[in-house]
Amino acid sequence: MAGGKVNSSSKILVFSTEKISDPAIDMAGLLKLHYPPTIYTISVPCSSSIKPRWILHAFEQGFDGVFIAADGTDCPYGESCTEKTGQIVNQTMEVMKEQGIDPARLKMAAICSVCSEPFVKHVKSFTEYLNKSEN
Amino acid sequence: MKKKIGVYVCHCGGNISDYVDVEKVRQAVENDEGVFLSKTTMFACADSNQKEMVDDIEKEKLDGVVVASCSPKLHLLTFRAVTERAGLNKYNYVHANIREQVSWAHSDNKPGATDKAIQIVKAAIAKVRHAESLEPIKVKATNAVAVIGAGVAGMRAAIELAEAGSEVFLIEREFFVGGRVAQWDDLCITEETGKELITRLYDEVMKHKHVTLFTGAEVVENTGSVGNFTMKVKITPRHFKLQCTEGSLQKAIDACPVEVPDEFNFNITTRKAIYHNYPSEYPQLPAIDMKNCTRCGECEKVCNNIDFSQKTEYLNLKTGAILLATGFDPYEPPKGEFGYGEIDNVVTFPQFKRIVHYCDDKLIYKGKEIKNIAYIYCVGSRQLDGENKYCSRYCCTANIHTAITVKKKYKGIHNFHFNRGIRTYGKAEVWYDESSRLGDIYLQSFEHAPPVIEKIGNQTIVKINDVLTTDKELEVVADLVVLVTGMVPRKDNAIGNLLKVPKGRDKFFNEIHMKLRPVETVIDGVTIAGASQGPKNIMESMNSSLAAATKSFSLVNAGELALEPTVAEVNKETCEWCGKCDEACPYNAFEKVEMDGKFIAKVNAAVCKGCGMCLPVCPANALDLIGLTDVDMESMIDALIPQV
Repeated sequence: MAGGKVNSSSKILVFSTEKISDPAIDMAGLLKLHYPPTIYTISVPCSSSIKPRWILHAFEQGFDGVFIAADGTDCPYGESCTEKTGQIVNQTMEVMKEQGIDPARLKMAAICSVCSEPFVKHVKSFTEYLNKSEN
Repeated sequence: MKKKIGVYVCHCGGNISDYVDVEKVRQAVENDEGVFLSKTTMFACADSNQKEMVDDIEKEKLDGVVVASCSPKLHLLTFRAVTERAGLNKYNYVHANIREQVSWAHSDNKPGATDKAIQIVKAAIAKVRHAESLEPIKVKATNAVAVIGAGVAGMRAAIELAEAGSEVFLIEREFFVGGRVAQWDDLCITEETGKELITRLYDEVMKHKHVTLFTGAEVVENTGSVGNFTMKVKITPRHFKLQCTEGSLQKAIDACPVEVPDEFNFNITTRKAIYHNYPSEYPQLPAIDMKNCTRCGECEKVCNNIDFSQKTEYLNLKTGAILLATGFDPYEPPKGEFGYGEIDNVVTFPQFKRIVHYCDDKLIYKGKEIKNIAYIYCVGSRQLDGENKYCSRYCCTANIHTAITVKKKYKGIHNFHFNRGIRTYGKAEVWYDESSRLGDIYLQSFEHAPPVIEKIGNQTIVKINDVLTTDKELEVVADLVVLVTGMVPRKDNAIGNLLKVPKGRDKFFNEIHMKLRPVETVIDGVTIAGASQGPKNIMESMNSSLAAATKSFSLVNAGELALEPTVAEVNKETCEWCGKCDEACPYNAFEKVEMDGKFIAKVNAAVCKGCGMCLPVCPANALDLIGLTDVDMESMIDALIPQV
């Protein structure tokens, strides 16, 4: 499987969005809602701007999982965001399958600007899944 | 590629360094490619450190800067400004968030937090290595502001904006201005009435030729973005001709057979379908409530100013910024909460204010003279089980002030305050003192043992285990029970949804930062003021409304806005026009142009919002976002994985 384990806990790259999910992830910190420190965030303006090649690059470099903290219906750039982000995920999962990467290592959920608790819940359960599936 | 990068790792007092070994972070990156200088600092945002950074950049000729500190939402702009002051283009600055997303999020795991901080700073360094100097894109901004809501906050903001020189569209959903304050009589401290305040503000609003007031008006569509919003406003007619004579109006009101609960009086009275809420209300033209009008025509027979031919109108308004001052709703207790809706002499505080307004020398409710009044505090606020965890701020003060008014206005009143701790903060503390001296009785309990209200025979009895008298059970026979209700967000908050303004856990509109950016929202160009943001008294509403007005003005007054240059860019070599980017773009920022014998896509930089929706759809990967190219992204991803 591409990208072997590099840490005791699975490494997850989170793509979050500057206006919507970033504030939620920041607030998770503010509220001291702990989650594993092997979760790293890179901000993009909108979740429908994520190129599949970036996701695949993360797997190549050794990330165990990629989590897209999508704008969902809150996207300030337009209603089509949810659908477009979904297309990116589907398209990337197809390539992952071809490359023998478990498509479940890519996950997407809409994280609103105050969804700190859902974010933490998602990344914790995703970490658990990845820890289990790669042991 | 940069060779002289300066890296500053912030302690943030101890907010970061209590959990992250900042010196270890510094050492881990000091030999990274391109890093010339690395320091730790107690407070990166402090003036002294900012000055030191400016000196470093100037003296050492730094070509890139990274500060690892709090969220970029707080200080990205601060440090961009530092680099600019030192003569370095601000896009050579990259921010690393090691507080909200590291030290605080992982305060349970110090070694893990330090490891993560190292990788995050390395990623920021990787990004700054490729950073390029950029110039902002200038767009024209319409020097006009839409103020939504003509209550005290909205009107005050409108006056301020007009005086400063902006065109103001003041949009009120109701037929009359004044919002909640118009419903209030005597106000605490100044003893002015709400109506007097509203009259003063309204007079000033009407004086300004740059304020256009729309009543019965609702925003139904909104397009565009900061600097250039276009709003579609629906205007419901009043069904009255502009000139209206007082005498025939009263005849028309008398003739109207429709009687509905009067929301202005919190449903303790009724009104007709033709109405104004009080005689001197503004605008002074009455209105017909078409939801309840039966079109019987009786009013037309006695008043020739009524005009049923008036139609709903739609207007398109162009504005550069939007200020939301949409106010609050009073908490409406569900049936049975402290006997509300079940026991006939239980009312809410807003209803009580109206009762006091209508009773001159005797306080009478439902035909019975009131002597003993029991006030139950914190109804709908500081809820143990419900969703409203917050304190509504105004109620303790407003209620104690009203209790004093009642005691002075009528003879033989006894006030009993069933509270959970009194919060007459600031200057209002003197009212608490005065009420105590006037002999008001304060009984207190904790949230898990609230007072109990029972109807026994003809008597309404309020019981409490009073913690101030060592939990002794005390009873009061009350003629009237007043539920001191708090503030909740507007039930109909369609405008918030339309503008996509985020809400906080309390469901009120949410600012970017409670302390540092208290009136801005994440939606550029949309500010919030008054109680739309959370419970506030009038003074606090004014503060926020003036702040929001100033912020809005600063966006539109120059007639030009500097926008982020981080827009989409087309690779002219690899682009073969296929139109997919054009389809994906929500703003029509793409144009098909001919170049060197082939068709390619061209980005209109002023229209492009930099959302990046076009990036993944390009089959030739010919699109990048400036400042977030494949190289930037992939080098950050590489840097996040520790080299083993």
